Amino acid sequence: MTSVSTLLDAIIKLLEPFNSKSITISGDTSFAHDLELDSLAVMDFVAEMEDHFDIMIPLNILPDLENVGQIVAAVEKIVEQAHG
Amino acid sequence: MADLFDKFEGLTNLRNTLVFEKTDPYKIVMEDVISPTEAIIDGKHTILAGTNNYMGLTFDQRCIDAAQNALTMSGTGTTGSRVLNGTYAAHRELEAAIADLYCMEHAMVFSTGFLANLGMISALAGKNDIIMIDADSHASIYDGCGLSDATITRFRHNDAADLDKRLGRLNAGRRVLVIVEGLYSMLGDKAPLADIVAACKKHDAYLMVDEAHSLGPYGANGQGVAAADGVLDQVDFIVGTFSKSVGTVGGFCASNHPDFEILRLASRPYMFSASLPPSVVASATAAIKIIKEDRTPQQNLWRNAKQLHAGLTEMGFQLGADCSPVIAVLIDDRDVAVRSWEQLLDEGIYVNLALPPATPQNTNLLRCSLSAAHTPDQIDQILAAFDKVKNSNSVNQS
Ligand SMILES: Cc1ncc(COP(=O)(O)O)c(C=O)c1O
Repeated sequence: MTSVSTLLDAIIKLLEPFNSKSITISGDTSFAHDLELDSLAVMDFVAEMEDHFDIMIPLNILPDLENVGQIVAAVEKIVEQAHG
Repeated sequence: MADLFDKFEGLTNLRNTLVFEKTDPYKIVMEDVISPTEAIIDGKHTILAGTNNYMGLTFDQRCIDAAQNALTMSGTGTTGSRVLNGTYAAHRELEAAIADLYCMEHAMVFSTGFLANLGMISALAGKNDIIMIDADSHASIYDGCGLSDATITRFRHNDAADLDKRLGRLNAGRRVLVIVEGLYSMLGDKAPLADIVAACKKHDAYLMVDEAHSLGPYGANGQGVAAADGVLDQVDFIVGTFSKSVGTVGGFCASNHPDFEILRLASRPYMFSASLPPSVVASATAAIKIIKEDRTPQQNLWRNAKQLHAGLTEMGFQLGADCSPVIAVLIDDRDVAVRSWEQLLDEGIYVNLALPPATPQNTNLLRCSLSAAHTPDQIDQILAAFDKVKNSNSVNQS
């Protein structure tokens, strides 16, 4: 069972290639304002997470996920549903 | 006070960073359109190399005669949607012509290709269904997904192995609709449809193929990439538009699904928007027959595409894909792309300037689309203009 802190670490690691300004990423880091991800980068990042955790992250939920902490919570829920 | 338009601040800023000298793509007016490949722009005779007029049928006498006759006989418009007063015999004839072209049982006509995607996707995929689209899909496919109640997910562009993997992740028992395009309109790259069909079959997913840019150029009867790749009979839904090769406006979907006709009572963009006017229906029907039966435009189109693709390659331009009727020249620097676009126009050549976020992989594109109606001499003129632009910009860059 993945704990939230290891999940956070894993997601931060997946985010690093998109961290073009080399900022310190935490749960509060926002995708649009802090990381300045454009829609193409978001797409790539979502695909990376899907492959890493072997899950499907619906496009429908993305507009509500503004920071890293919210992604962690969403992924935790999806992983739990998918893999029990 | 808060302004509804505040949300466009970022867009306005982005727009203002583009430095055009004399004109820009949003200001272009074609004062006079002379032929499928020529117009007067800002008083100057210009070769059109970015209008998606693949078959060159916009001035075809057979299409014009059919439209004029329909206009005289049936009037200027239907003043209603298909389910109210908007179905004329000619709509049925057009649908029969499309069904015949695709060797399918059913076809349904929409008022644009955009509406065909909205209408099909939103009606087909409901609350418990999953739609899996190619990441580089057209805006109308994305918006069709937005209008549906389904769960939306993407796979990596033109990557059938990635599609297979992602389909494998889904819970068995969920109905899945996969959506791809035959030819992608920005870079001119073709979908690997045989492999995509195989992945869909393996996972029991439905497949929709949007042949907007491939109807006309591809297939022994111009049906598109699915026919060219020999998998047309394994595609569940073909979507397309009349706004490109067909030379007018409108959209359609063709299918063999036995219950297809119920969509006429379920698809809101079909039910609640006026049907195509008789003249449009008549020229579309005439054009579909030409595309099916006359191989000459298709041959001329490919002759022109090969000439332009080979010429640009020889000059050292980086191109978006192998030869197709869409040829995108990739320019590393955005300002050079903007300046080159203006210079081409100055040389009397109109192409499309395509910039992020509307382009794949943040590329800056000078996008050309060829027409069967271009002459080899016009292609030479297009090439000469690109050569000039290239030389002047490498001077500027160094
Ligand atoms: C792939 C694709 N689908 C649909 C459309 C929409 O077609 P229409 O211009 O008929 O609305 C286009 C063209 O704009 C397209 O490129």
